Amino acid sequence: MKELFPRGQVMGFAFSLVLTLVALSVIVFDLSLKMGVIVLLVTAFMQAALQLVMFMHAGESEDKASIYTNVYYGLFVALVTIFGTMLTMIWGYQ
Amino acid sequence: MDYFDRFAVPHPSPAIYASMIAIGLTMIAVVAGITYFKKWGYLWREWLTTVDHKRIGIMYILSALLMLFRGGADALMMRAQTAVPDNGLLDGQHYNEIFTTHGVVMILFMAMPFIIGLMNIVTPLQVGARDVAFPRLNAVSFWLFFMGAMLFNISFVVGGSPDAGWTSYFPLAGNEFAESVGSNYYAIAIQIAGIGTLLTGINFIVTILKMRAPGMSLMKMPMFTWSILITNFIIVFAFPVLTVALALMTMDRLFGTQFFAMANGGSDMLWANLFWVWGHPEVYIVILPAFGIYSEIISTFARRNLYGYNSMVISMVAISTLSFVVWAHHFYTMGHGAMVNGIFSITTMAIAVPTGVKIFNWLFTLWKGKIVFTVPMLYSLAFIPIFTLGGVTGVMLAMASADYQYHNTMFLVAHFHYVLIPGTVFAVLAGFTYWWPKMFGFMLSEKIGKWSFWFITISFNVTFFPMFITGLDGQARRMYTYSESTGYGPLNMLSFVGAIGLAIGFALILYNIYWSTRYASRNISNDPWDARSLEWATHTPIPEYNFAVVPTVDSTEAFWDSKKKGFKLFSGKIEKIHMPNNSGVPFILSCIFFVWGFAMVFSMWIIAIIATIGIFACMTLRSFEKDHGRYISVEEIEETENKLRGAK
Repeated sequence: MKELFPRGQVMGFAFSLVLTLVALSVIVFDLSLKMGVIVLLVTAFMQAALQLVMFMHAGESEDKASIYTNVYYGLFVALVTIFGTMLTMIWGYQ
Repeated sequence: MDYFDRFAVPHPSPAIYASMIAIGLTMIAVVAGITYFKKWGYLWREWLTTVDHKRIGIMYILSALLMLFRGGADALMMRAQTAVPDNGLLDGQHYNEIFTTHGVVMILFMAMPFIIGLMNIVTPLQVGARDVAFPRLNAVSFWLFFMGAMLFNISFVVGGSPDAGWTSYFPLAGNEFAESVGSNYYAIAIQIAGIGTLLTGINFIVTILKMRAPGMSLMKMPMFTWSILITNFIIVFAFPVLTVALALMTMDRLFGTQFFAMANGGSDMLWANLFWVWGHPEVYIVILPAFGIYSEIISTFARRNLYGYNSMVISMVAISTLSFVVWAHHFYTMGHGAMVNGIFSITTMAIAVPTGVKIFNWLFTLWKGKIVFTVPMLYSLAFIPIFTLGGVTGVMLAMASADYQYHNTMFLVAHFHYVLIPGTVFAVLAGFTYWWPKMFGFMLSEKIGKWSFWFITISFNVTFFPMFITGLDGQARRMYTYSESTGYGPLNMLSFVGAIGLAIGFALILYNIYWSTRYASRNISNDPWDARSLEWATHTPIPEYNFAVVPTVDSTEAFWDSKKKGFKLFSGKIEKIHMPNNSGVPFILSCIFFVWGFAMVFSMWIIAIIATIGIFACMTLRSFEKDHGRYISVEEIEETENKLRGAK
């Protein structure tokens, strides 16, 4: 019975629902723009990671290493692009 | 007739009308020629529908050569215009159009496809695969690139060329200052070709990661394959930024959005920022494969294994990562503060470190080597000092405070030609000569090749070295004329003389192809250069399945080991081989993309909508199509193998 019950998947599903509820709190509690964006960003990244690992089986094939390398590299480039653009266009702009 | 007025060229000149007639006549001649020699069926069966990586590679290279001469003609006109002060050969508008198309054509439609062509031919062979991972996707890549390039090229006879520079900065490229459809062509043609490139990136990452011969771990791959793997990672992560930027540009120009506008919350500098977020990694997309080609050639003709394999790989990975964190050095002077310029200055200078490691590795490979001075080797040897000169001036430009003096001058133009020409152009010419016997079954004439090498190398320096000096004297780039009192005249004249020399050098390459096709000996071995990697282990010409038996590998130079140390490369026995079927869908899909692009450029919405439906219809067709490929039987393979072996 223990082997048959997809425990991880059910937990993951529950967790992704919780993340959705937390994201919903931005509207329900009418958070400030700054606070709201932070909550949304954090929950969005966690949600994406959860989906990738739990429901798209990123870590379960023999290509585990190349899949994670790709994801990390993509994440690096995306963060650099976004924060670098903020730096050049807003924060560091005179 | 009002409807057709939109297709008129806004700034016509006799030269453009002459080109129109020439293009029309050439097209009639080509169609008539194919019909007369009854080659339509051959063309369709063997080339337009092919999914064979070798043929797709050859088509890439032919298109790239064509574009080399198109971009070269632009360059000659530029040099002719600036050869003497107050020249009236071209007016300002034509000059703007010519330097814009020169840049776009040379980077996106010459350097990239040339490299992708060599990568197509060589990479599957080097990893011991039968084709790329997604052969039909590969055909889609090629035809999208080709149609994008053709769409861009008709701009100068239909509707007018883009004139805002290859960087196409806003607000200059916005509707207010670029009224003709030229910049629409820029946005849409590059978008179509860019999709093709992105698909290539995915295709080759999968090919290299999943289809290597047994025993070839990542650290046993040939250096060219390593450079291609890293290049394709950069493609996959950099091109989406260009796709988005071009989509925003298209919306600004066609649908009245304000992303890059000066008012209503838009930001013109956002374009420059996004363009270079893609643009700087793009520089490494065209240079890293060149490093790979040089590594192969230098180690083959120095008769030594490559020095510092691990450090070569590590420095390429470092370059690929750093290439994403330096882009703001392209616009130091746009007004951000010392902190931003400082950060990007440091990251930029840091790139010189891994590049320097590679230069020293090549030098150490040459050290005590038995160097053979063939044409590919000559290009590789000339590359090292000339590229270093380009690299050193790059470090000068990397210093943000000093860049305030250099920026937008001919010094910058000289710098990037000093890295791009010995880096990329010499590399593709060297690679093209080196792999030519594998592609076509005969060698290019070494004698004519050496003549063209010397013409190109000397003329290159004559053309571009004076620009360092005129740049430091203050000659701005993109300036269509200047007065005599500036004193720029004599050096610009020298530059023009060099440009003619370059033209002769490239013409000699064409003559070499013609001469060698007619007279070169067909009696060559499978390994005419005594080379080291797997592509030389199969027959010449290469059978469509590449290797009758998949090779087994246990070092970085398994083929060399099999020649010198008795390593057994092919140990299995012949089995039936699964190959993909040809398909006409990629070609038809790309033709529809061309129509879509043309309709978008001229805002012909109904045609654009119909074409969009056609594109989705092609993709739907593919989704429901059942195509399991075909098998080549053992008897057929043995027959082919015996024939290829017997001819030798």
